[in-house]
Amino acid sequence: MTRAGLLALAALFGLMGCAAGNESPGSPTMAKIRERGRLVCAVDGAVPGFSTVGPGGAFVGIDADFCRAVAAAVLGDATNVEFRPVTAGERFVALSSGEVDLLSISSTHTLSRDAPGGNTLSFGPVFFYDGQGVMVPRASGIRRLRDLDGKPICVESGTNTELNLADRMRELGVAYQPLRFQSGEQAYPAYEQGRCAAITSDSSLLAAKRSGFKDPAAHGLLPELLSKEPSAKVTVQADPAWADAVRWVTHTLVQAEESGLTQANVEARAAAARRDASQAEERRFLGVEGDFGRQLGLPADFTVRVVKAVGNYGELFERHLGRATPLGLERGLNRLWTRGGLHIAPPFR
Amino acid sequence: MNSQLRRLRAELFATPADAALSLVLITLLGLGAFGFLRWALTQAQWAVVRVNSTLFAVGRYPVEQQWRLWLLTALLVAASGATWGLLRAHPRPDRTGVRWPRNDRLAVGLLALIALAVPWALALTLAIQSRWWGLLLLLVLCRWLAGRHGANLSPTGRRLAALVWPVIYLVGMVLISGGLGLVTVSPSEWGGLMLTLLASSFAILLCFPIGVLLALGRRSDLPLLRWGSVLYIEFIRGAPLITLLFLGQNILGFLLPGGLAPERVWRAAWVLTFFAAAYLAEAVRSGLAAVPRGQLEAARSLGLSYPKALQHVVLPQALRVALPAMVGQFISLLQDTTLLSLIGLLELLGTARTVMANPAFLGRNGEVYLTLALLFWGCCAALGLGSRALERRLDPHAVPSAT
Repeated sequence: MTRAGLLALAALFGLMGCAAGNESPGSPTMAKIRERGRLVCAVDGAVPGFSTVGPGGAFVGIDADFCRAVAAAVLGDATNVEFRPVTAGERFVALSSGEVDLLSISSTHTLSRDAPGGNTLSFGPVFFYDGQGVMVPRASGIRRLRDLDGKPICVESGTNTELNLADRMRELGVAYQPLRFQSGEQAYPAYEQGRCAAITSDSSLLAAKRSGFKDPAAHGLLPELLSKEPSAKVTVQADPAWADAVRWVTHTLVQAEESGLTQANVEARAAAARRDASQAEERRFLGVEGDFGRQLGLPADFTVRVVKAVGNYGELFERHLGRATPLGLERGLNRLWTRGGLHIAPPFR
Repeated sequence: MNSQLRRLRAELFATPADAALSLVLITLLGLGAFGFLRWALTQAQWAVVRVNSTLFAVGRYPVEQQWRLWLLTALLVAASGATWGLLRAHPRPDRTGVRWPRNDRLAVGLLALIALAVPWALALTLAIQSRWWGLLLLLVLCRWLAGRHGANLSPTGRRLAALVWPVIYLVGMVLISGGLGLVTVSPSEWGGLMLTLLASSFAILLCFPIGVLLALGRRSDLPLLRWGSVLYIEFIRGAPLITLLFLGQNILGFLLPGGLAPERVWRAAWVLTFFAAAYLAEAVRSGLAAVPRGQLEAARSLGLSYPKALQHVVLPQALRVALPAMVGQFISLLQDTTLLSLIGLLELLGTARTVMANPAFLGRNGEVYLTLALLFWGCCAALGLGSRALERRLDPHAVPSAT
């Protein structure tokens, strides 16, 4: 059955669901989550720094922690998450069939995935700005894409990555030799053994794989990017109230960093805000004033719960991807707008 | 010693050409072994296996409930020991009743080596190490007891003793998934070797009856039954397993309203079962074709009903012929479970994928894949050994030993 057929089926059942549960306003997904007492959150499970399983059996990574943040907001308990590892190929079907409540997988926001005529998904704000990069051995003297003229480049076959590379190189008029591999597990060893002059993939993944090389410092990323890959958290389009709740959990993480709220100080700061009526902005953000939580169908203090559970965006980044981790990623575009990055939260009012 | 040297020379260096070929092969083998050992001992970083050993064994199964899996292992070990002993107490016709043949002593030695070396190499805590030793002792004890007293068991007693296995399988299901007073552990938390063995044993056990029925259906005189079986077998054999797995995972979610569709693990196990049944049916059909028609006719003319004739005359002969093909099918089924990693289940290969993506263990692919290969080889070797023993036991031409 084609994907269009599947989606038609999904739409049909979605309609039936609407007809049956029309009397209760708000989000059917949130009602379902509260009824079963846990969030079913899809993660990839094998992307370094984003989601892997730790030796103790717990899911670790920035994507896994986002699931916990949402569970903290909706259920008040960050541990009430059922993680569902799904592969890239079946993630959207898992979501539209109702198997999972939320995709916390690096999914690039594109028009066809978003539009009602395409995949009928709802994308949250960009959670991680990535781009396709090119890694070369530092000793090779390759400094720009043009330097790769006539050289072999390792690439995973049948991916967007392969397409982007071909497009850009045609634009530049650079004749390279693509060396296609079925999977990254074959491509990276081939690159490390010197079978190709460069390897291309998402920059975050290149940096992650580099950390597993024998001599990580001997390899560097070219400054040019081949594509932009802004990835976001995904929910179904049929439940806009749920999409809003997830959207504002992302904004909470970013706003908390901007306001200097951390996992360690958020409760003390909330207590201080409760006493001090002059801190209007902080009182609104932390749910002391106004009823913003209720408007989203969440508890009034959901922001406090989220930050208490996982920390702010900067803490998440440094814990799983940043300098102190084996991945050692730069914040780059993922800095706050106040520091020259792209993350900005709309006002909480 | 001298005679062995002479035999070696006769086998490897009989002619100059032989000698040259042997030398080349020995050099190549030696280089390969040396390269491998150098990598394994100096370059490989085995911490990735040590630290994640629990993950490889049982996946994300909650730590505080893991005693249930130890209990299940103990039950399995005890039953294996007892079965082993009973088989020796009732030896096959071409063997004298030696209590501890050389193979058995070798096996116990090998198992002892594993029980001592593996927990030590994995740097498990002393408490866990001692559990491995306890399991070994339990095995030897049950083997000894059953071997000593098993000969006194009546035929009815032996038939009852065989029932231990299905009982343990059911008890094991309860122990793993919970219920009956035990905390429920959701299938989404099963993983590693446990999930691989569970999915494959489930499929192996259930595909057997389904496959036999399909094979009988395909040879049936009722057109509806025959064409139904043919259609099913040819449809399944014409579709790649991975397609069927994706169908099972994704379509059921749409077709059945939320909550009614079985857990993903069970969906995958059922797909494996139905897939293997089609192939098994063909193996059984080849066995049925090997039984001369006269057998069935003779049985019928003796007054046996059709089902009775099948049960007592035709099927025993057919299944014996089909046994090697069936075991081949079981072994490939065990290896096919690696496809479950492609639908997001954390069986052995899925666990390996996530472990290799752990930022702390990036680039440790060689160590992880080698461990996986060893585990799969162990399981498949056990299946192969068991089937060969069964074949010899069922061999109607075995001559009673003279000694």
